[in-house]
Amino acid sequence: MTKQIIVPFGPQHPVLPEPIHLDLVLEDERVVDAIPSIGYIHRGFEKLVEKREFTEYVYVAERTCGICSFIHGMTYCVGVEQIMNIEVPERADYLRTIWSEYSRLHSHLLWLGLFADSFGFENLFMNAWRIRERILDVFEQTTGGRVIQGTCKIGGVRRDIANEKLGEMAQDLDRTRKEIDDLTKIFLNDNTVRHRTRNVGVLSRDDAYHLGAVGPTARGSGVAIDLRKTGYAAYGKLNVPVVTDSCGDCYSRCLVRCRELFSSIDLIQQAIEKIPEGPIDVKVTGAPNGEFFCRAEQPRGELVHYIKGDGSKHLVRSRIRTPTLSNIPSLVKMLQGCELADVPVIVLSIDPCISCTER
Amino acid sequence: MAFFEMVKTALKTVVSRPATILYPYQPAKKTSLTRGHVTIDESRCISCGTCQRKCPAQAIVISKEAKTWQIDRLRCVVCNSCVDTCPVKCLFMDTQYSPPVTARSVEIIAITYVKPLKVEKTADKPEKKEEPGK
Repeated sequence: MTKQIIVPFGPQHPVLPEPIHLDLVLEDERVVDAIPSIGYIHRGFEKLVEKREFTEYVYVAERTCGICSFIHGMTYCVGVEQIMNIEVPERADYLRTIWSEYSRLHSHLLWLGLFADSFGFENLFMNAWRIRERILDVFEQTTGGRVIQGTCKIGGVRRDIANEKLGEMAQDLDRTRKEIDDLTKIFLNDNTVRHRTRNVGVLSRDDAYHLGAVGPTARGSGVAIDLRKTGYAAYGKLNVPVVTDSCGDCYSRCLVRCRELFSSIDLIQQAIEKIPEGPIDVKVTGAPNGEFFCRAEQPRGELVHYIKGDGSKHLVRSRIRTPTLSNIPSLVKMLQGCELADVPVIVLSIDPCISCTER
Repeated sequence: MAFFEMVKTALKTVVSRPATILYPYQPAKKTSLTRGHVTIDESRCISCGTCQRKCPAQAIVISKEAKTWQIDRLRCVVCNSCVDTCPVKCLFMDTQYSPPVTARSVEIIAITYVKPLKVEKTADKPEKKEEPGK
């Protein structure tokens, strides 16, 4: 039997600037097992719910993640609205959808860049982030913040987007679509990318299902789950395609995300076409009394916010389960049997967001 | 499968202008909505304390006795909550980010609202709110 050695990987490592630690059990160059550990960046957001009023906690919930911040804020708001039986105006629902899809575009482009970086393709990394910059500019023009939008509130949204601006955004997306088309062609066709990602970190459909994988990780293995199909916000009124691929390797997960970029652009353009006139918020009185599990589709997968209130201004409990936590068991499965040099690519292929996992 | 898929993009990048700006020499991109830092019109603040209560980061402290409005710029998360909730609209969001600092400090601004009130005695609404504070 070959001698086994343990190589510690992280929390400081070259793949991503987030503190996940993996103990890689190696036999020569082959990884036989990986033992993950998190807990380096716990910030106590869930406890803070007892100290801040439920209306102010939106800002805190939004800061859980620095990439899909809008969706965190929105999911929390939807949860509180469900407890309090608040009917959100239709225009607010559409605006939420538009910003959510922009978040997805921004997150997937960021991931594509980091993914290229993980196999050493710096030029492609810069190209992906150049397109992402345009998405961030739209965020800044419509919400005032590039990363933390702060536009969602209980009962609607804080800011409206003028119809002229919406038209401009739709036109601008056509240009972005062309750029993304050029970019994704490189990811999907280039030989170097294919060489580093095909048949690397394979997760079978059964494993993905039984280990509870979510988002593009599950869809890359052929499990067609997408919570946008449940129709929260305005998704019920739009045509949401579920992108899946059957191979389950790093290339498939990349392919799913590349295709989702186009479906996000389609969804934004559909929403801009259908958005009705009207108010953007309703007045909220009282406090939430009850509990609710609110689920939404983040760029990385299923996000769950559990909210419990007792009729006072401060909530009793908030629990956030982020998609990365669900994907870690799948990650361990993928790492078993891979080469040490492929570990960065595989770790990145689940799009880990450790900061939001630890809240 | 294709080789040199990147070449087209790479060549395009070589001949086009840089995507970045030379930041300190060229001003950063700003929009009218950009959240930079919170400013106060101290001559209109009625010391009601709404901004302090609504601040999720607890960066603002109002003292009715000392008539001061304090903000810890490093605590402030620039969420616009105080600007949205201010009843007399004396808080504003400036598009410039607050300048870098080397030490933690609290910015203390003296509220100068009361003095003009004594002279003018015209503003009805603020006068009523001011009295219980005294």
